Amino acid sequence: MSVADVREGITQAHHEEWARVVASLTRRFGDLDVAEEAAAEAFATAVERWPADGVPPNPGAWLTTTANRKAIDRIRRENKHDNKRKEAQLLYDDDPPEPPSAIDDERLRLIFTCCHPALAMETRVALTLRMVAGLTVPEIARAFLVQETTMGRRITRAKAKIKAARIPYRVPSAEDLPARASGVLAVLFLVFNEGYLATGPDTDPVRHDLTAEAIRLTRLIRALMPQDGEVAGLLALMLLTEARRTARVSASGELVTLDEQDRGAWDAALIAEGHRLVRERLAAGVAPGRYQILAAISAVHTSARDVRATDWSQVVALYDQLVRLDPSPIIALNRAIAVAELDGPEVALAAVDRLEHRLAGYHAYHATRADLLRRLGRSQKSRAAYDKAIELAGNTAETAYLTRRRDQLG
Amino acid sequence: MQYLVSVIDDTAGLATPDEQAAIDVFNDRLKAEGHWVFAGGLAAPSSATVIDNRGEEAMFTDGPFLESKEYLAGFWIMDAPDLDVALKLAAEGSKACNRKIEVRPFR
Repeated sequence: MSVADVREGITQAHHEEWARVVASLTRRFGDLDVAEEAAAEAFATAVERWPADGVPPNPGAWLTTTANRKAIDRIRRENKHDNKRKEAQLLYDDDPPEPPSAIDDERLRLIFTCCHPALAMETRVALTLRMVAGLTVPEIARAFLVQETTMGRRITRAKAKIKAARIPYRVPSAEDLPARASGVLAVLFLVFNEGYLATGPDTDPVRHDLTAEAIRLTRLIRALMPQDGEVAGLLALMLLTEARRTARVSASGELVTLDEQDRGAWDAALIAEGHRLVRERLAAGVAPGRYQILAAISAVHTSARDVRATDWSQVVALYDQLVRLDPSPIIALNRAIAVAELDGPEVALAAVDRLEHRLAGYHAYHATRADLLRRLGRSQKSRAAYDKAIELAGNTAETAYLTRRRDQLG
Repeated sequence: MQYLVSVIDDTAGLATPDEQAAIDVFNDRLKAEGHWVFAGGLAAPSSATVIDNRGEEAMFTDGPFLESKEYLAGFWIMDAPDLDVALKLAAEGSKACNRKIEVRPFR
């Protein structure tokens, strides 16, 4: 086995087995902190041993067994003088051990615990990325532009709260599931968006690991709740967005807008799956929620051969529907972008300008204005708006795109 | 597992008769379902006295240890198997007493 094979084996095992190892240890020991640390130690042991011993035939079982031993060692060390407590801890979960086929259930349990409503939204996102997706604390800190120590504290505090307040480690009952799932979807959408438009000067513009993980977890939720429209909607939205990922950033690292993308480079399989989900929801005949409407908008875009063939009246109609559900200024901004194609940039600009007091600190507001002003031939004002957008944008590909556009102004 | 369920108030008023009646119904349910440990309403914060006897002699200070707009108006101690159950009970308690509530686990 070559060094490259072993490295590949470890990477793959980390991707496929991390959450399973953390989940099964959490169940056994009733303690996320013990589970996380033992899982990390097991992977470190794999990095040490596999190059010499080779990748074991069942990496998941090897890692789980190794992590179990590490966890028991730690508990023994900590409870040398308090054996009763150790027994209590080991017996906290008295369900029989899960068969290997229930790995997905383990992962789901972990997701619902990390996305518990008693935790702050930013904490849920961080915890999900650490415990379920297996990102390191420095990676998560970088993705959300906070100090490593701050992120470390946030995760530590969350684990302590889960333990002290006894946030249960289970998938909620059927009666609570819809409300709890909607909280999970919000977290997964944030993870996806961070991957799709990563922030930070030293970050790749698109973080495929985050978008892929968000899609994988949304698929799990869908398997749990196949009838739920918003779960299907979010999955469709992610797939239709992910399908355009490679066409969205040029070879030189610049953002490529929808109208300029090479539609031949879109992923046809992902689009087909996304469209299938959107059709399934339309056929259900139930009033759609926001993810389903966003997915439908994406479906209109991905159905068009080119930007001119896009059914803009349909897009605007869907945005109208969305505004009724969610009157946020960001939705209104996106609606205005579609209005520009339908009724012209003048009408759109008037709508955008009305949002100034609420979106003055948002780069996309200025980028949209800049583009509309450019199309109206008002170069000077457009330049000022590009300047402001560049100042506020956090994504490297977006900054590169905006800078070129500004510099091309006459 | 026991949880301290605190009633947070920012008005001077005590529970109205309707609120008191709703609290009584809720308390009966807590007892019937085995969640009840203890509960009580408190007099106004201005009736509190703070005592510090860490030094040579006990010091008595008139008033609450913390002056704030929001204060503890009463509490339940509930028995619940986990936070999900405690939060559900607390949500109903908040409805019954018509006030904001904080749930905090005992160690």
